Amino acid sequence: MANSSADKKTTTTAPAPPITTMAIVAPAIGWLIPGAGHIIQKRWIRGLLLLVSIVTMFVIGLVINGHVYRPNGGDILDILGFVGDVGAGGLYVISQAMGYGQGAIAHAVADYGTKFMIVAGLLNFISVADAYHIAIGKKP
Amino acid sequence: MNQPPTLSHFSAALLFALFASVVFGITQRNTPRDQFRYGVYCFVMFIGGVFVAGWLMWLLRR
Repeated sequence: MANSSADKKTTTTAPAPPITTMAIVAPAIGWLIPGAGHIIQKRWIRGLLLLVSIVTMFVIGLVINGHVYRPNGGDILDILGFVGDVGAGGLYVISQAMGYGQGAIAHAVADYGTKFMIVAGLLNFISVADAYHIAIGKKP
Repeated sequence: MNQPPTLSHFSAALLFALFASVVFGITQRNTPRDQFRYGVYCFVMFIGGVFVAGWLMWLLRR
């Protein structure tokens, strides 16, 4: 009983982050154009570095004949490949519209390309989350 | 017939490490100094991992 007051747990909840226009627009535009979510919030250098890194990674993947996954309901790895690719946003849309990355994987380097594009998309998901955290003031 | 450009396994790993480290550094730390330090740390870990995995595979092959 001596520690009864110490045993009481305070149940304070953090206030919900404010939903601002920027908190919606920044992640959306950041998904469409990698790094743009940072650039529109005036984080110029971060945004440009993200843009260059993610776009270069995706383009290298395309240039070395990597495979771009289409929406599919087949093998679990194909579904996950699509989820990764679609993270690249506008790059994925353009590659699908232009018919890039639809060839068969003929050599090991092309498989590196496939992985480069998936990882570029996944890195863009992280970038989008970061843009959101900046927009709600959780990160400077 | 045009052959696609090729990358060695190591150059692919270097490029992968570079770009992933830049994104990790920017997104996982708050201040520019911490971002740079964490980016360098990730890059070293990636490349170190390549060498460790390479030597492990060499040992397994023997």
